[in-house]
Amino acid sequence: MKYLDEFSDPDLAARLIDQIHAVTTRPWAMMEVCGGQTHSIIRHGIDQLLPDDVEMIHGPGCPVCVTPLEVIDKALAIAARPEVIFCSFGDMLRVPGSGQDLFGVKSAGGDVRVVYSPMDALKLARQNPDRQVVFFGIGFETTAPANAMTVHQARRLGVTNFSLLVSHVLVPPAIAAIMESPRCRVQAFLAAGHVCSVMGTREYPPLAHKYGVPIVVTGFEPLDILEGIRQTITLLEQGRAEVRNAYPRAVRDEGNPAAMAMLRDVFEVTDRTWRGIGEIPGSGWRLSSRYREFDAELRFDVGGLRTAESPLCRSGEVLQGLLKPHECAAFGKQCTPRTPLGATMVSSEGACAAYYAYRLVTHS
Amino acid sequence: MPLRDTPAIVLGHGGGGAMSAELVRHLFLPGYGSAGAPGELGDCAVLEIGGTRLAFSTDGFVVKPMFFPGGSIGDLAVNGTVNDLAMSGATPLHLSAAFILQEGTALAELGRIAEAMGAAARAAGVRLVTGDTKVVDNGSGDGVYVTTAGIGVVPEGVDIRPGRAAPGDAILISGDLGAHGVAVLSCREGLTFGTEVRSDTAPLHGLVAAMLATGADVHVLRDPTRGGVAAALNEIAKAAGVGVELTERDLPVPGEVADACNLLGLDPLQVANEGKLVAFVPEPHAEQVLEAMRAHAYGKGARKIGTCVPDHPGMVVARTALGGTRVISMPIGEQLPRIC
Repeated sequence: MKYLDEFSDPDLAARLIDQIHAVTTRPWAMMEVCGGQTHSIIRHGIDQLLPDDVEMIHGPGCPVCVTPLEVIDKALAIAARPEVIFCSFGDMLRVPGSGQDLFGVKSAGGDVRVVYSPMDALKLARQNPDRQVVFFGIGFETTAPANAMTVHQARRLGVTNFSLLVSHVLVPPAIAAIMESPRCRVQAFLAAGHVCSVMGTREYPPLAHKYGVPIVVTGFEPLDILEGIRQTITLLEQGRAEVRNAYPRAVRDEGNPAAMAMLRDVFEVTDRTWRGIGEIPGSGWRLSSRYREFDAELRFDVGGLRTAESPLCRSGEVLQGLLKPHECAAFGKQCTPRTPLGATMVSSEGACAAYYAYRLVTHS
Repeated sequence: MPLRDTPAIVLGHGGGGAMSAELVRHLFLPGYGSAGAPGELGDCAVLEIGGTRLAFSTDGFVVKPMFFPGGSIGDLAVNGTVNDLAMSGATPLHLSAAFILQEGTALAELGRIAEAMGAAARAAGVRLVTGDTKVVDNGSGDGVYVTTAGIGVVPEGVDIRPGRAAPGDAILISGDLGAHGVAVLSCREGLTFGTEVRSDTAPLHGLVAAMLATGADVHVLRDPTRGGVAAALNEIAKAAGVGVELTERDLPVPGEVADACNLLGLDPLQVANEGKLVAFVPEPHAEQVLEAMRAHAYGKGARKIGTCVPDHPGMVVARTALGGTRVISMPIGEQLPRIC
């Protein structure tokens, strides 16, 4: 994996930073959509190296952060059932629901397991035919193809004790929702490279045109991000609301046709509530009618849950770029990664957690 | 309610980070009351008995799987306690070993563990002099748990403890970071990264003796096990009320460890090591100590990674390769692999 070193070369980075300074003539505010990019920006201190006038607004692209409380509570209820093996990616385990988190369920005897791929959950289902295995299928377009493939395989193999608790979300409707907000300050977007490696870039020109914002498809290593920022500022300075692909080594305009065909078969578009933001029309996927029998929400009766967000948490404003994490009164006081009030403090991709982990100013 | 957010033990309480520390501070110490240790509480206590300064330490081992590339729970059980003693500058002498075995554990497996312990003890020059065995019902345990305790003698004039870290100290590391944690993780999760990463488990008292033989006034030694270098440096910074500044470019993270961490969303600074030490040494002594370390089998990759400073007491800060800065925080509980 040598390519990772090549894309964080300090000398090349210094050159890109010089170019960004040279091309910037006035203040700009751009949003990096993806939490992975937020993490990388803060982890490497990239925002400290940009011109003072260039502001990075951290977007809602952290799947752990935007998964609605109601779904987390459903996960907790399902995971607590004795017949269930509940499988999840690691960073969902500490996300607070209304009462506790998945670690708490595990500690109380629930069978909660961290897996690295939904296919591992399917394997568990085949190894444990007398148990119900549920995979927590969350995330953006990036994680969706593997989840779709797993459900597809489950049906092909006749595995009936496997189901998916689905809460997939989609980037383009979120960009539209952010631009429609009356308090929006975003002038350009770094689009999430890995989402585009699945879905391609063709959803973005209409958004760029409608809202008059440049959108630059950007990767995740330091040089990728700096190049994305350089291209974005160049477009802003030239007044061009266009789409550019600054991550061509991973992203083709047409995306990944095989993955997209699988997604179309297994999922269908639905309205989705985003934690801290609210409902965004057509912003998610649920299992299509052909695969409904694998829907954990239908398989387990988890209705009638009452959800309660912390009244102190302002993660919704953080996720929309209206508030920097350390501007929240609870930041670093009532709310720390140890005692998170909202999901943005839990996931390593969450803006609040990234600020808490990597920023000196916030502790002192 | 001393422990804020969970009414019961969760895995994170054993992660060696903030949650473990809270459990000690808010539950064990109040429970012990006046019978608890006075003063600094570390991995190893130094007790003056009959004019001799004895180092005393204990450690529990619950690693899964029990055998992994580069070692086994048997190696860890000996080297872990040997190293805890060595980090006070002591010469380790005698160890105890207590086993909690689950019904059904294969004798052949237990035999391999015992042999590994014997080999590790001989290599470290210590003896296993007392022990205990208990068996729990099938399902109540998880194979083999081992607890070892050990004693050693601290040489005259040696005073090594976290509280002695001082501004102006050079911070040294004895070699590459992260191998043990990645070896166990890749084995546990069935992950492969092209090349096999082997645990670095090793006894470090010989290396410590070589460092002390230079005559340098070594202030602090620490083996960055659970919670990794991040936890070790944060604990030292807090104990001594000093700041720590690292240079990220100088951190020796081997390619395959960096790759594995990138893939899983882990920070190599938080990954466990079992055969490395971090040292705080006055800057004027740093070069001679590094030379002594590099001449030893377990210190070949020794290098300076940072400096102890008077600024931001209690905090660890790294200068990134790109020229920015970031805080290296205390790990909380278990490391959580990232979703994407």
